[in-house]
Amino acid sequence: MKILVGVKRVVDFNVRIQVKPDGSGVATDGVKMSMNPFDEIAVEEALRIKEAGNAEEVIVATIGPKACQEQLRTALAMGADRAIHVLTDEEIQPLTGARILKALADKESPKIVMLGKQAIDDDNNQTAQMLGALSHWPQATFASKVKIDGDTATVTREVDAGLETLSVDLPAVISADLRLNEPRYVKLPDIMKAKRKPLEVIEIADLGVEVAPAVKVLKTVAPAKREAGIKVESVTELVTALKEKGLI
Amino acid sequence: MSKVLVIAEHDGSNLNGSTARAVSCASDLGLDAVDVVVLAADGSAVAEQAAKITGVSTVLLVQNAANENAVAAFLAPQIEALAVDYSHVLAPSTTFGKDLIPRVAAHLGRPQISDIMRVESATVFDRPVYAGNAVVTVEAPEGLVIGTVRTASYKAASNDGSASVETRSVDVALPSHTRFVGLESGGGGDRPDLQAAVKVVSGGRGVGSEENFKVIYSLADKLGAGVGASRAAVDAGFIPNDHQVGQTGKIIAPDLYMAFGISGAIQHLAGIKDAGTIVAVNKDADAPIFEVADYGLVADLFEVIEELEKAL
Repeated sequence: MKILVGVKRVVDFNVRIQVKPDGSGVATDGVKMSMNPFDEIAVEEALRIKEAGNAEEVIVATIGPKACQEQLRTALAMGADRAIHVLTDEEIQPLTGARILKALADKESPKIVMLGKQAIDDDNNQTAQMLGALSHWPQATFASKVKIDGDTATVTREVDAGLETLSVDLPAVISADLRLNEPRYVKLPDIMKAKRKPLEVIEIADLGVEVAPAVKVLKTVAPAKREAGIKVESVTELVTALKEKGLI
Repeated sequence: MSKVLVIAEHDGSNLNGSTARAVSCASDLGLDAVDVVVLAADGSAVAEQAAKITGVSTVLLVQNAANENAVAAFLAPQIEALAVDYSHVLAPSTTFGKDLIPRVAAHLGRPQISDIMRVESATVFDRPVYAGNAVVTVEAPEGLVIGTVRTASYKAASNDGSASVETRSVDVALPSHTRFVGLESGGGGDRPDLQAAVKVVSGGRGVGSEENFKVIYSLADKLGAGVGASRAAVDAGFIPNDHQVGQTGKIIAPDLYMAFGISGAIQHLAGIKDAGTIVAVNKDADAPIFEVADYGLVADLFEVIEELEKAL
């Protein structure tokens, strides 16, 4: 079976982002870009499923401008077999993104589509669920453990109340949470090898996907800043302060 | 007539506090009515609780054996069928709502507004991006508006309402591809729920071990507080995942948040920035948590907790 993994190019998680003073967005010029960390976990899980003998091929896909191929190469260096780049310079919102992924899934017939639970730029946490809906497939979001057994997957999910387990028939969409695994480090020879792996570029127009109604961003601002308070010197001082405020 | 439908979160017998927070956001829309839907196997008790939320006009009760557990693939088609009567559909942005709402939105061909933190108009909202390091004002396109509500941004609506409860039957085919296997709770015991707690005592990597976390629980019990943790503490196995506070854990807004041995990674701070008063205790005077703490104390957390317990 095949596993299709969606990855997104985002501002690296270590970057302290700057909001542009004119409210037009977040500064990304010259900023380090990386694969969305949750997507990296999704790639790693797909590779582990393949290494355990439960899949034959891991395909990674991304949607975006030319530069996104860097992230596909990273995924190929991690061990993915081939890559698909859906080329567009337009901003793609989750519902349209899910429609594109569905078009790819229709073409490739994977048994699992694995995605990160959310991208750390727009923090939407939507695409996997939307793909599940559009495909009429089961979804297992926020996965912290995935067990494949023939045509079913048993997925442990991180939910507010604890750990929930679902059993889903394949094909299914699974979204990766933080504790699913620790992605491997990429070694130099693998980076060289990745350069020779197949990377197919598809023009977005060739997929025949209808662009969904979009949410319009009117402005972007820095959040209200929380100011640092005071340092207290002792527990007594702390207790006095909290008692004065009626908190204890 | 424009109306909003709020999806109730519950565990079969109790309404989750996130629902009343989502109702507060729904009331801000200024529409003709705020309705709540309870999807359950046997939900009359939950529906009665929902009917008491101030501002709710009607509680729809949809009972179906498939609704015994909140499985998105079962709930989504039922909500889609109900949505035709509404201009807005909202759910709390808890793991329940995050899992469910995009599935509804996609089927209906609508984009979703995640994590609404402020309502500017019935179609314009503020929401956080980049782990709360930026806030965008967004406008939903014409038509049905579907979103999730960042519960930490809203106080729970009060509890003096008297909505009517209407039982509805929703006749849609439900899939057979998903089976609920079980839920393993982290075991918070009788402590207040983290997302509803007025006070929260939280521990980080500095606590050092699962065994040492006892002092955090003990202080929490003395204060009647919920227990939280940083991602580092959860990853290290000191405490179960459902205690994690932060961007990918729970986003909370207690009146008092006490952080012990938490350095204050940006992802953690994203989860506590709406707290009333933040107290930070850390040995490292340069820990970033001090940049947001109202009261910082550079000291050994174990000594501080011991002294605190004596002083309380």
